Amino acid sequence: MSSVPRFWRSIGSRYNLEGTRCKECGEYFYPPRNFCVNCRRIGHIEPYKFKGTGEIISYTIIHTAAEGFEDQTPYTLAIIQLDEGPRLTSQVVGDPENIHIGMRVRSVFRKLGEDGERGMIYYGTKFVPAES
Amino acid sequence: MTIGIVSYGAYVPRYRIKVEEIARVWGDNAEALKSGLMVYEKSVPDLDEDAATIAVEAARYAMARSGVDPERIGAVYTGSESHPYAVKPTSTIVAQAIGATPNMTAADFEFACKAGTAAVQACMGLVSSGMIDLGIAIGADVSQGAPGDALEYTAAAGGVACLIGRNESEIAAIIEDTYSFTTDTPDFWRREGMPYPEHGGRFTGEPGYFKHVTNGAKGLLEKLGTKPDDYDYAVFHQPNGKFPTKAAKTLGFTKSQIAPGLVVPKIGNTYSGSCLMGIAATLDQAKPGDRIFATAFGSGAGSDAFSITVTDRIEEIRNRAPTVSELIKDPIYIDYARYAKHKGKIRRS
Repeated sequence: MSSVPRFWRSIGSRYNLEGTRCKECGEYFYPPRNFCVNCRRIGHIEPYKFKGTGEIISYTIIHTAAEGFEDQTPYTLAIIQLDEGPRLTSQVVGDPENIHIGMRVRSVFRKLGEDGERGMIYYGTKFVPAES
Repeated sequence: MTIGIVSYGAYVPRYRIKVEEIARVWGDNAEALKSGLMVYEKSVPDLDEDAATIAVEAARYAMARSGVDPERIGAVYTGSESHPYAVKPTSTIVAQAIGATPNMTAADFEFACKAGTAAVQACMGLVSSGMIDLGIAIGADVSQGAPGDALEYTAAAGGVACLIGRNESEIAAIIEDTYSFTTDTPDFWRREGMPYPEHGGRFTGEPGYFKHVTNGAKGLLEKLGTKPDDYDYAVFHQPNGKFPTKAAKTLGFTKSQIAPGLVVPKIGNTYSGSCLMGIAATLDQAKPGDRIFATAFGSGAGSDAFSITVTDRIEEIRNRAPTVSELIKDPIYIDYARYAKHKGKIRRS
C-alpha cells in the first residue's frame, strides 16, 4: 500500500463494507459496482451497507508473509461469503488452528497496514469468528 | 434542560498478561504487587489494534445500543494519550467508521487518563447550548509502560464511548451535574517523540490522584447538596485497585458502592477509558432510578466528577451490545515475549 489517494477513495467500503445493490434484480455487489451485470441498462444501482456477518468459504494460512505483515504470521486469509451474497477476501483475526470452512464470522475494525513508521496508517475491516 | 447518556459502548482487547508473568521477567515479587496494586492481569492490544480501532469498536457498540441515526451526531471527540498519529485526528476515523460524517465537528482530546470525561463535558456543553443534537465522547487508549517500570503492571488497553443527548425519551442516564478540579501538577508526563511516559513515583499519589479526586468529588457533592449514601454506586478513576478503594473510603463511599465498577483488577488501567469503563460496567447492572457518582482523574492534573441518575430507558438498550463483563469473559493469556511483540517493545531487525 503506497498510494494515499487510492486508499482514501475506498475508505467507505473498507471501513463500513459499503457496497451496492441492484433494485431491479436484488443482487448485492462488494466492492461496489455502479452498473448491474445482470440487468445491464435497465438495472437500478443503489448504495448498500453490508451487515458484516458471513461464513468462511475457504481459507489459507500464511506462514511466509509479504513485507509489512511478517510479524503477524501465521495468520488466516479467507474467502468470506457475506450473508447478502458477495464474497470477499479478508484476514480472519485469531488463532488459525481454530478456523474452519463454514465458520460464522463478523466484521471488526482493525489496522490493515501502514507505510512504515512515517507513512499513513490504513484502517479497515477484518473478520473474527462469531462462534464461541 | 435534561442532559444525559443516550447510549454507551465499551471495548476491551482479548489478550491478557498476568502480573506473575511480568514479575517473573523483572524479578519482582508478584504476590506483593498483586496485593499492593489490587491488579491481577491487564489487557493487551492485538498487533493490529490501536487507540483508533478501540475507539471505533466502542463507538460502534454505543451506536448499536442507541439505535439512533448516526447523521444526527454533531460532534465526535476522542480522548486518548496514545492517539496513533501525532498530527491527524483519531476522531475523523471514528466519525467515518460510525457513519456520522460529514456534517459535524470533530477533535481529539488529551488529558492523561481523563481525556474521555473532558470530551463528555464538551459534548454536554454543545448539546445543552443547542449547537448540536447529539455528541459522542470516547476515551480509548493503548497505554504505555516502560520495560521494568512500575507502570508496566497496570498500563492496559480499552475504550468506552458515550453518546450524549438532550431528548428526554432517549436518555438512559441523566447527568445531573459535573464539576472539575484542576491544577498544574507534574505527576506524570510524556514528552513529544518519547515512547514511554515518566512519572513522579509516589508523588503521583497524594498531590496528584488523591488531592484532585477528593476535591473534585467533594466539590460536586457540595454543589448538589448530596452525600455519599444518596448514591447506589460510585466510580473513581482506577489506575490500580488500591487508589479508588482508598479514595472511596476517604470520601465516605462503601466498598459495595464501588464494586460493580471496579474492573481494574481484571483488565488493568485503560487510561482514558478507565473511569468511563467503571461507569459502563455500573450501567450494565444499574436499575432505573439508581444514582451513580463518578470521578475521573487525569495526571497533570485534574478531576471531573459526575452525578448520574439511571432512567427506565436503560432496560431497553442494555442488551443491544455486549456488557463489560461479556467483553472481558474470554481472555487469551500471553507470555511476556508475545506481550513485548504486541506492544512494539521488541522489533524484528
